[in-house]
Amino acid sequence: MSRILILGAGVSGHTAAQFAKRKLGSKHEVIVVSPNANWNWIPSNVWVGVGLMTKKQVTFPLKPVYDKMGITFIQAKAQTIYPEGSKGNPSPFVVVEHTEDGHQGKKEEVHFDYLINATGPKLNFGATPGLGPEGHTESICTADHAIDASEKFMNLVEEMKAGQEKRFLVGTGHGMCTCQGAAFEYLFNLDFELRKHGVREKADLHYISNEANLGDFGVGGMHIKRGGYKTHSKVFTESLFSEQKINWTTGAHVAKVESGKIEYEDLQGDKDERSFDFAMLIPPFGGVGLTAVGPEGEDWTTRLFAPNGFMKVDAIYEAKPYKEWSGADWPKTYQNPTWSNLFAVGIAFAPPHFISQPRVNPNGIPINPTPPRTGMPSAMIGKAVALSIADMIKGATAPTHHASMAEIGAACVASAGNSLTKGRAAAMTMFPVVPDYEKYPETGRDLNYSFGEVGLGAHWIKFLLHYLFIYKAKGKAFWYMIPE
Amino acid sequence: MKDEYHYRADEQQYYAPIPSDFVKSMRTNLIWQFIRFLVINYKMTRMIMKSHK
Repeated sequence: MSRILILGAGVSGHTAAQFAKRKLGSKHEVIVVSPNANWNWIPSNVWVGVGLMTKKQVTFPLKPVYDKMGITFIQAKAQTIYPEGSKGNPSPFVVVEHTEDGHQGKKEEVHFDYLINATGPKLNFGATPGLGPEGHTESICTADHAIDASEKFMNLVEEMKAGQEKRFLVGTGHGMCTCQGAAFEYLFNLDFELRKHGVREKADLHYISNEANLGDFGVGGMHIKRGGYKTHSKVFTESLFSEQKINWTTGAHVAKVESGKIEYEDLQGDKDERSFDFAMLIPPFGGVGLTAVGPEGEDWTTRLFAPNGFMKVDAIYEAKPYKEWSGADWPKTYQNPTWSNLFAVGIAFAPPHFISQPRVNPNGIPINPTPPRTGMPSAMIGKAVALSIADMIKGATAPTHHASMAEIGAACVASAGNSLTKGRAAAMTMFPVVPDYEKYPETGRDLNYSFGEVGLGAHWIKFLLHYLFIYKAKGKAFWYMIPE
Repeated sequence: MKDEYHYRADEQQYYAPIPSDFVKSMRTNLIWQFIRFLVINYKMTRMIMKSHK
């Protein structure tokens, strides 16, 4: 019997656990270690953050689902990986620290034959002084953060109904953030809700982002065919902002947050301030702080992890100029090059480089979006790795499934409102996520599979996806028929 | 109620394309949007199938 240990139960880790168990059955053991008792459909946290959904609607307890599927669940936080075991015991293991009530702080060694690191990101609010719920800004990165944001938003709505004017600031809280799409969607939800409450004219909405241009979204933006032109997403995004009377600041690194005020500098090196009554700024992501130790107690952390804390996999990490970046640099199997039984999926793997063009301002501050590894690509990677490991357990000598971000696409729907007749949304797809100028020399992407559209129909799709993906994550009948 | 906005050359919004009233009305037209819903589903499914090859 083989044992697969999965660290993390987000989109990628949970998908990997479901497919590994389905493929391997009861002959082999699948263990999931996660510090959180609940699964969270993070894309819908945007709706929690404006009070349209409750925490219960976007989360569910993991243990009953895993019990039903025959997966072992340990509520704990992974701390240290021993890829070659310890002295006298070559069996690899991970030291975890329990987080469930009654066992908090208890440490345990969890042994494995195959390891999938799906630990997701550390929300690095500390990178910017004053950033985050413990500082002066809101977050929608967790359901609890989103509830707090919603309460503060609704308080401001009441004050605006009483005649006060308020300033809203939404975007990224550092020069090295990703997930601009979440900030974009939240901003348009705020706009939609403010209109619904009849106080939009009392609100100044402003977007601040580390993207050099609107519509970059950490992937350098995308082109779509529309009106006889192949047009960049910058044009469409600026149109959406202009239509709703929302101003924007791009190429911005937020350096400091104080009560009601941010300090930032831009790509030209200019420094400025902006005041706010409500700010939701996405933090930069980092690795969760896992360490690695050899059997003699050697520190192997730098052998297994990149300096940003993400795990090294089969990517080409050699530094090279932007113009020489290639889709081939991106990992295909997500297998660690040193230890063939270690894999990393979702946000936990170290990308070879950015996707957007890297930029540094005259003061030496890097200001560029980091690559998104969430949503559809994240789930596809988790599934591919699970199926590869299942085949390796059955005798394959190397991973059998690939999921390079230069060979898979992504779909994104940014939606506002909870009414089926009055919602508003923008839907977009791109293929592939990482531009491949060898296959698609003109823009790096296949424009037959990249499109964008605004309308109620896209809003219905967002609703559909919300319920479909939660159904799938709960492992209900024929869950595996629903694509990632 | 129809939004009445004015775009002036000293605002950054002035330089972006603005949807016409017709385009805006079609975004909420239930019949047209049902058709678009089917079209978007088809396009997304094609992209997903290509990604899974």
